[in-house]
This record gives sequence, structure tokens and C-alpha cells, in this order.
Amino acid sequence: MQALTREVLLDRAKALFADGTVDRAYGWKRGEFDYDVTPGLFRSVEEMEKEFVFDDFCGANFSKYLVEETRKGEGKILVFLKPCDTYSFNQLLTEHRFDREKVYAVGIPCEGMADVTKLKAEAAEGIRSITAEKEGFVVHTLYDGDKTVPRTEGLSERCLVCKSKKHVAYDELLGEDGEVADSARFDEVARLEAMNADERFAFWQRELSRCIRCNACRDVCPACTCETCVFNNPNSGVESKAPVTSFEEQMFHIIRAFHVAGRCTDCGECSRVCPQHIPLHLLNRKFIKDINAFYGEYQAGAEVGSRAPLVNYTTADLEPGEAVQRGNEHA
Amino acid sequence: MTYRQEPLMPKIGVVTDIRIDTPDVKTFRVVTPDGKKAFEHKPGQCAMLSIPGVGEAMFSITSSPTNTEYMEFSIKKCGCLTDWLHAMEPGQQITIRGPYGNGFPVDTEFVGKNMLFIAGGIGLAPLRSVINYVRHYRDRYGKIDIVYGSRSKDDLVDYNEIIHEWATDAGVSVHLTIDREQEGWDGHVGFVPNYVKELGFDTDKIAILCGPPIMIKFTLQGLMDLGFDKTQVYTTLEMRMKCGIGKCGRCNVANKYICKDGPVFRFDALDELPDEY
Amino acid sequence: MRKIAVAKLDALFAAMAKTHTVYLPADGADGRAQYTRWEAGVVYSTALNTVRSAKDFFFPQTENLMDFKMEGKSIELIDTRDEGEDFIVFGVRACDVRSFDVLDRVFLAEPVDSYYAARRAHGVIFSMACTRPAETCFCKTFGIDAAEPAGDVACYIDADTLYLDAKTEKGEAVLAALGLEDSDTAAVDAQKALIRERLDALPLSGLSAAAFGGDKLDEYFERPEWKTLSETCLGCGTCTFVCPTCQCYDIRDFKTNTGVRRYRCWDSCMYSEFTKMSAGQPRLTQLERFRQRFMHKLVYYPANNDGIFGCVGCGRCLSRCPISMNIVKVMKTLGGKNV
Repeated sequence: MQALTREVLLDRAKALFADGTVDRAYGWKRGEFDYDVTPGLFRSVEEMEKEFVFDDFCGANFSKYLVEETRKGEGKILVFLKPCDTYSFNQLLTEHRFDREKVYAVGIPCEGMADVTKLKAEAAEGIRSITAEKEGFVVHTLYDGDKTVPRTEGLSERCLVCKSKKHVAYDELLGEDGEVADSARFDEVARLEAMNADERFAFWQRELSRCIRCNACRDVCPACTCETCVFNNPNSGVESKAPVTSFEEQMFHIIRAFHVAGRCTDCGECSRVCPQHIPLHLLNRKFIKDINAFYGEYQAGAEVGSRAPLVNYTTADLEPGEAVQRGNEHA
Repeated sequence: MTYRQEPLMPKIGVVTDIRIDTPDVKTFRVVTPDGKKAFEHKPGQCAMLSIPGVGEAMFSITSSPTNTEYMEFSIKKCGCLTDWLHAMEPGQQITIRGPYGNGFPVDTEFVGKNMLFIAGGIGLAPLRSVINYVRHYRDRYGKIDIVYGSRSKDDLVDYNEIIHEWATDAGVSVHLTIDREQEGWDGHVGFVPNYVKELGFDTDKIAILCGPPIMIKFTLQGLMDLGFDKTQVYTTLEMRMKCGIGKCGRCNVANKYICKDGPVFRFDALDELPDEY
Repeated sequence: MRKIAVAKLDALFAAMAKTHTVYLPADGADGRAQYTRWEAGVVYSTALNTVRSAKDFFFPQTENLMDFKMEGKSIELIDTRDEGEDFIVFGVRACDVRSFDVLDRVFLAEPVDSYYAARRAHGVIFSMACTRPAETCFCKTFGIDAAEPAGDVACYIDADTLYLDAKTEKGEAVLAALGLEDSDTAAVDAQKALIRERLDALPLSGLSAAAFGGDKLDEYFERPEWKTLSETCLGCGTCTFVCPTCQCYDIRDFKTNTGVRRYRCWDSCMYSEFTKMSAGQPRLTQLERFRQRFMHKLVYYPANNDGIFGCVGCGRCLSRCPISMNIVKVMKTLGGKNV
């Protein structure tokens, strides 16, 4: 259950439309079922009254949509940002990807978002409805009665290891702000690091072999904002939609992780949208963990304008030799 | 097991001659390694040409089916594959498959009609096939008018054939125009759509348009103003294509596949398609 | 109708494997079912459906078409097609079985695609009735009966028994060679009744496609709702790649150490470069690309194929789309009360 109800957000949106602060709003739209919420752009209070929702299924991060939408129209866009979304928001501002003046950001607290796949797996197929209760998600199934999934088992992995309940960007805040969390988000990376090279290769081979190159991870990623991706450029020599070899299939994700290294805020959208449930965020987290270890703690998006270690030379930087040595130790 | 014929499997072609037509258009003569035509075609049909490793793309067949010795393709340099083709020397092999598309109804709807061909720039390439077909079977058709325009005199594709063969034929009138004044040009200057209106054709004919979208749009309007009906006007479309046989989905517009149901359309039929071509 | 104890499934697959390569849904490392080549130890998954559809068996994500050897100015074309092998796909749901018909009408239409045709000739489909259809299922909308799946052999699992009903000569030939016990149809008939009851109780059971069809181009093409429907579409290819009927492809060349390999791979009308050419781009924004996909399934495909829709209601796009936008939402938004 979220701390704020749909009505609180809706009332605020209505007021902002009414006083002319904004002329459109990014928010979540009701789906066919309880869980298939669609991110949408609302152009009126009436549309919002009809379709706007805010509940445990509103995982979508709107930050990247602002890149395109702020180029259209004169008015401001209302956007609701959960704490993790604010990091992406800031990172895009750092990279000058949208005009801050065109946006009215309302920070909203987040109690974690559900992973529908987990709920489906826990409760078998056939979901009539899902309600969020104190004891967890109650899944009303089509064939097996009601099943209660404890909240900790129904939440997305990224929410279970939430890095921050604190908003790092907003024009106004609804509800209480939280704190940066002492997150266990690198535990899984450490587990992979502890594997030997063969085991680790086998792990990634197994995961990445499911990739269908739909590009959803790239297309949703707030750090992937190139106007034309190198993988879409027919003149790049690497344009491809489907892997010719497994080598290429594996390289795509590693290359992408390199491209967003130091800029990835660990929002987790890549893994959320992957139709094959590849834990892509672990690649990015490995980079974040290493950057933290080599160059000192750095959180992309924590503040606008911060210099990412990989693009900010200092004399204290890690020597290449040290990295090579470290790599050899993990081989 | 014997395999059925695979439509995606090309034939090998040899480029035996390359003619430089304009600064960015060359015409390639193609035969099979044993010196024959790769296949028969109808005017307006296309072929897939490829350099393995570079790419494969659809080109209209410029030569007339009445040419029994070889096929020709007039190709403008405008991308990866065409860059490669332009850099090629005679004797180079390529791959070729086809023919694709419907072609112009030269043996049905066009028979006995006066013909008006209107082309801009490289848009003459697909029309050349029809023009030479109609010239070959001259007695089957009425009077022929050809309006052809280009940016400059140097951009008129195969000027020699136009001047020395077409213009000297009985019953064929050639009207050339270039966009801007140029030294050594004493012909008409101006854009094709305006020239068509100036020439003021009678509506007792079939008109075929091919050229840049903007030229087609205004020329079609000009013809409408002259009293032409859309059922008298044809064009040929260009879309990105990969298979050529109506399966890969790329050239799909409404329920039509341009590679298979086109590329030749009459304007009344085009009106029924959404504007996605 | 024939039967075999579920406990003896392994023996059944082993017997099939003597003459055919056998593929069946098995739970993968991620706990989700995917078609897997059967070998001893591979366990049939009763999961309702695989993440990827069964279209891969006939229209794989990538396949080599031919090789070229280039030397000087010469090109040698090498036909790399092989004999292929007989195979059985076991456990295909009714929706996916219909998807083969949808694909057939494209690939087997003249000129026939020989790669696809060869696989179709080699493949034997063992379908499986759906006793637990999900809330995302809407095959009924397209006239598919999950209680009576098509295919070469229709299968039913009731309690401890697998029932097999040959639907084609090809299926009968395979079954006959397996030497299975004959069975009456009582248990299967009861199951069919139960399935139909469950299908009728699904949340999408009332969804109608009657408002769509080949003659509806003008009615839907210019509708303003396309804008809001497509507005947050990421332009990824998930829906097209998990879709059992999406059949757009690209042909590309790949330089190998010894020459050039021409291969075919899935493509997506959702991709910006799908229709891009040097002369221009007829579908400039995601709205046009999004519209193309749904118009193709609901209007263009039926126009060319006797009214058959290009969707089979498998529900994969409903559960996989990153923004939870899908054909059901499109149909309901455009069709209004008629849907």
C-alpha cells in the first residue's frame, strides 16, 4: 500500500491544472486488470478523473519521456516522481536533456512497487484481481481462491533493495520525504564476483541467451537518450536487430552497460521491462560498485551538475595497472 | 530431397557496361554470366540488386522488355549500396532477382491510347522502360508526349537517347525543362508542374508521373486543373523493401504491399490508401 | 482417441524421439517455460504458455538463407539449405496452433517461402487443451476454441492421464507408431465442458472483434485516439517479438571469415528504421508505427485473408509490454461499446 492515495495526487493535479501551472500531466493510467498500469500523458482534469491511478503497480519512471515532451508546447508538464525517479530526472538535467522550466515536478513517497511476474508465479495463472492489504498482496485467483503474498515477496527486486526514499528533485513534495537507505543492493553483485570466471560466464550466458533483442531495456533506459542509437544506425556497421551469433547477443548488453557507466542511476527500469526477465541491472550495478570502490562513493543523479568520476580526471584516479591487476585476481 | 525454388535466392549477374549519365546517376548493363538476360519483365517492374556484404535493394528496371540482350538500371547515388555500385568497374558480378511488382498495363489499358509521360530527375528511370516499349510497338499506341525536367542540363539522364532517338521519332514530342537558367541551354526553364500546365495537354490521353513526391503532388494537381480524371493518371511508388514478394512487411500500406500490388498505381486507387508511402 | 499415464510421459517422449526431434515447454532457469529440446531429464511444463511463442519452429528469430563466396569480381552463390529433420512440437496451445495458420497465409502464399515450407512439412504439432486459461487469454474473440485445439494431434491431460486425439493423417501416423492404448472420450468430453465453462468466465470472454475487419480502414485509420494510445510507446520490439503472428523480417548480410552469409531475422514495424530509406521515411513518428501494427492485425490482414484476424488472443503482449499497452486496450478504445 502506498502512503498517499490516488485522490491526494489527483486533487493536487486538479489544482495545478486549475491555476494554470501546468497544461498536461504524466501519470499512470488504469489498465484492464489491477496490475497493467500504463504510463500516460493526461491533457485535462477530466481525463485524469477517469483514468488516473496511483497504487502498487505504478513502477514506470516518467523522466525519459520529458526529453521529447518538453520540446512540444509552451506550457509546463506536471510529472509525479517517486524517489528513485528523481535521480533519473536529475541525471537527465545534468546531461542537458530537457528544459527544467518546462516541468513541474511533484515528489511523491513510494512504499515499493509490485513485481507482477512474482505475484503471478506465487499465485499461479489466472488472476481475477489483486488488492494490497496490510499483510501483503491478496491475489484473488480464477481457480485457486484467494492467496496472500507477503509484501516482501511481491515487491520488485529493485524496491526490496531501494537505495533511497529521499527525493533529490522536486518543485513540491506531497507527503513525507525519506532518507537515503543503507541498501543491500550490491549483495547480488558480490555473489557474482565471488564466482570464478567460468561460473560467472555460465551465469551470464544462461541469462543473456534468453535475450530476444527487442531493445526494450535500451528504449526505457533514462541514460540511453541518444537521438539515434548506434545500434539503429545503418552506417555504424554494428546495426542489428537480432543476434547473428551469441557473441553479439552478449556483447550488446555489456556494451550498453559501458555506455551508461557513471550515468546509470540504478533505477532498475531495464530489468522491469525485460520480457525475458534478464537481471540486466546487475551489469550496471557492477559498474556502480566498481566506480564506488575505485573513485569514491558516487551516486549518479544525486545532484544536478555533478561530475561523474569516469569523465572527471583527478590525480588521485585509479591507475590502469591497478584495474588490470584487480581483473586478474577475479579471473 | 529436391528443393522448391526459393524466391529469395538470387541469380548472379555481370555488369558489362557502366554509363555515366549525370554527376550522380549511372546506368548499369546487367546480363547473366553466360551473356543472357536474367529474366523477362514488364515495363515498370523492379529487380532486387545486391552486392553480398553491402546490401540488397529494389531498383526499377530501366530497359524495355523489348531489349532482348540485356537489362539496364539507372541508379542514383544515395546510400551505402548505391555508393558501392557507383564505385564498381565493368566485369563486376552482382546478384539479381525478380521481376517484382505489377508493372504498367501496357498491353491492356494503355493500348490505343495517347500517352503523356511526365518525369522529374531520376524519376525517368522507371518510365524509360515504358517509353521504349511503347516506341517499339509504336502502332499500338497514339501520340506520345514526354515531359522531362531536371535540376540542370547535366542532370538529365541519358540526354543522348532523348534527343537523338525519342525526339526524332514520328508522333513523339519531347518537352525538356531544367529548374534554373544555364549556359548552353536554350530550352525551357522552370519546374515540371508549371511546364505541364503551360503546355496545356488535352485530356484524351493516359498520363504517367514519376519523380520526387513534391513534383508528383503539384503535377497531379496541374493535370486535375487541365481536366484529367484520376483514372487516367498513373505513378510508380518507392518504399523500403527487403523481400520483394509481399512477406517481409516493410512496404505494407493498408492491405497493399507496394512490392507486389504496386509499385504502379492509378491515382484513383492511391486515393483509397492512407498517406503512408 | 488414445491414452497414456502421465507418469509414463518420459517413455512417450523417448519413443517419439526415436523418429522425431521433440520440443516441449520446460521451465527454464528463470522459472518460466520455454520450448526446449527433449532429452532424458527434461520435464514437461504445464505452464499455460511460453514467453516466446511457438513461431520460432517455423520462422526462427534468425536463420541463414545462403552464403556467398567473393573472389575478385566474381560471386559464387552457395545454397546452404539442408534436408531438415522431422520434429514434434508438443504442448502447443490452441492460440499458437492458430498462429501457424496465420503465418501459413503469408509464407505459403505464392511465391512460397521454401525455408518456412520445409519446416512446416517436417513439423508435427501436438496441441494441448487449456484447463486453466488466464485472465489475459482472449482466443475466443478470434473464434479459437481452447477446448478443441487444432494441430496434428490434440492432447488433454486429465488427472493422471494424457489423452491424444489425432486430427490429421500426419498426426495419426505418428500416434499409430507409438502403440498407445485406445480410450473412450468420456474424460475428455467432461474436460471440454469444464474448459468452455472457464473460458466463458474469463474477464475478456466478452471481447468482440466484430467491430474490426478488412473493410474498416476508413473507420479507424484517422482516429484521434491513436495519439493517446501510442503516446508513451517506447518503440521497442517486445510486442512483435513475443507475438506468435508477427512475421515482419529483415534480410541482412554478415561477413564471415570466408565470405558473406545472408540471413533473415525478425524485424519490427515498431522500429523507427523499419521503413526508413534514403529517399525518406513514410512513418515518421511512433504514432504511425504503432497504428501500423494494430491496423495490420485488425484490418489489413483480414482484408487479405478472408476475414481472419492477425491476432490469436494469446495474451503475450498483455503481459510483456513494458508500458502495458496492448491490442485489447486498442480494441476497446477504438471500438467503444461494440467491443
